[in-house]
Amino acid sequence: MGGDDDGAPVGRGGSVVTAEQVWDALAEIPDPEIPVISLVDLGVIRSVDVSREQVRVEFTPTFLGCPALEVMRDAMAARISALGADPQIDVISDDSWSTDRITPEGREKLRASGFAPPLPRCAWERFSGRPDEPRALLGGGASAASAPREVGGPTLVQLQSNAFRCPYCGSQDTTLENIFGPTPCRSVRYCRNCRQPFEQFKTI
Amino acid sequence: MSDQVQKILEIADDELILGWRNSEWTGIAPLLEEDVAFSSIAQNEIGHARAWYELAARELGTTADELALDRRPDEYRCSRLVELRLVPDWAATIARHHLYETADKTRIAALKRSDDPEIAGLAAKIDREEAYHRMHAQMWFERLQDEPRFKTALDELRPLLDVRDEHSPGLAELWEEMTMVRRSVAGAVW
Repeated sequence: MGGDDDGAPVGRGGSVVTAEQVWDALAEIPDPEIPVISLVDLGVIRSVDVSREQVRVEFTPTFLGCPALEVMRDAMAARISALGADPQIDVISDDSWSTDRITPEGREKLRASGFAPPLPRCAWERFSGRPDEPRALLGGGASAASAPREVGGPTLVQLQSNAFRCPYCGSQDTTLENIFGPTPCRSVRYCRNCRQPFEQFKTI
Repeated sequence: MSDQVQKILEIADDELILGWRNSEWTGIAPLLEEDVAFSSIAQNEIGHARAWYELAARELGTTADELALDRRPDEYRCSRLVELRLVPDWAATIARHHLYETADKTRIAALKRSDDPEIAGLAAKIDREEAYHRMHAQMWFERLQDEPRFKTALDELRPLLDVRDEHSPGLAELWEEMTMVRRSVAGAVW
């Protein structure tokens, strides 16, 4: 679709595309390493700003050492060019991406394909570190309101706890096999109920 | 060069060199899990190095690659602790991992409070990833803390943490390996 076609959509202020069209196009780009979810599901697009023929996207990367970042950036630029606009992808290396930005749809797509979605940060921030607590906390039990701990994601005790659910059978009888996994964003766990190893998205 | 840029280069050099040293365990770690762990930690550290070099490069009017790979070995500001080639000594590797992650935690915490929003933001982002490195170091510290070889390694390595002006021959050797491809193709843009 060329930007100067008579039939090309014209956004507010005479732009060749609308922000909605850009968001829709970006929602079709799969994550290069976990293609079941899109870049929009992953929450790496912080803003889309359309002015005339230029589209500026603020891209907030996941892990800084992730080799997929360049692939994502180039794929976004190519999609926007295909809409007839001039892409500007600004990489924002600040603290704005966390696994809490993964959308509910993205989390469900991850789970359905065998990746356990990350636990929300707030689950850890209210958790004092007793190994028996996360079940109560995540199940809405009574012992959740303990002393607040430092905000900053899970601790080792928590990773070794039973807060993590197997994406295949739903059991919480899972153990930590390795904090690290096949990519920086994942840990490896094992389900004792269905005897299946699985990948657990890290909470960051 | 301002004190601030100097400080950023210290961190970037630490992370780059330690990333290379950690990656030397890829394929030969004592457990498959540790092969994966040290490779992943190395990848994260080199990603952090790149982000810090990019910040410094903007101040200095150069590029991240030039800072990482075009300086002479004696221009690096890394700690002597990270330079050492510790393969195949697992006890010393874990001792260094523990010492580095403990010191890095303090440094990152200070940078998160920086008045410069870019530095504070990047430090906060890095801290989210480093939390997993610290957990890994803690797990191994708890396992090895009573082992004599581990305690000896801690005592030997600890004083090297703050040595930045004097490099070991190991850094020059690593530099040869690290920059070999880049130096072999004159004028190439990577």
